[in-house]
Amino acid sequence: MIHLLGPYLLAAALVGIGVAGIGLRRNAVLVLVGVELVLSGALVLLVTTQAAGADRWAAGSVLPLFVVTIAAAEVVVALAVVLAAFRLRGSIDLDARSADGPGAPR
Amino acid sequence: MTPLDTAFAASSVLAVVGGVLAVATRHVVHAALWLVVALLGVAGALLVLGAELVALVLVLVYVGAVVVLVLFALMLTRAPVGPDREHAPGPWRVVGGVLLGLATAGLLATALVPLADGTVERADVTSQQVAGQLFATWVWPFELLSLLLLAALVGALAVARVGRKEGSA
Repeated sequence: MIHLLGPYLLAAALVGIGVAGIGLRRNAVLVLVGVELVLSGALVLLVTTQAAGADRWAAGSVLPLFVVTIAAAEVVVALAVVLAAFRLRGSIDLDARSADGPGAPR
Repeated sequence: MTPLDTAFAASSVLAVVGGVLAVATRHVVHAALWLVVALLGVAGALLVLGAELVALVLVLVYVGAVVVLVLFALMLTRAPVGPDREHAPGPWRVVGGVLLGLATAGLLATALVPLADGTVERADVTSQQVAGQLFATWVWPFELLSLLLLAALVGALAVARVGRKEGSA
């Protein structure tokens, strides 16, 4: 027997930590760490619904598998974009302006 | 407190502590390694809730593939070995980020906690049932996912090549 309060609080805490990480980080690669934490909070919630209610078609197990797959694809594309940006700009600082972009120092 | 509750609480503490350190540490490589700790905690929580297959896939795909990719990207972008002072957020940024995180967690908690009305049994869905449903009810989304993975692979390759061509020209 598991009380439902635990899984719900864990999901809320993980999503909160992830959002804080996305807001805090200036290193573009480390923003993805926050995104992964948000997605793991969603996983906990999906699996909890499987335990909590009548769950048709094993959705509480299949949908988390889909979420994990989509997250893997998302990370691959995001890292490719970050690496391309690093090659073009020489920096992965999200606050830095590019040398010839709008508002750049002349 | 049943033994399952205790095991869930232990995994949750591991996940939350790992998550907080992953977003707060100054060492960029440590952030990726604390993410491993957090995800192992989440996998333990999923195991307690009765989703063994999801927990195993989480460890295999996230810890085995995603974290290694993140570590590679950190190396390729010349991450410093010590604390990363170059990308340190300003004090207002820290306050804003923490407040944003607390607000999100509070909003979700106020929406979810009223729904927690008692205890549930550990879900008993066997891997055989999951596999049966995956290839019956969910077969079209499943096939679409393989297409998505192919598109992501080709897209990542194309994006990385464009950057290289412009850089060497």
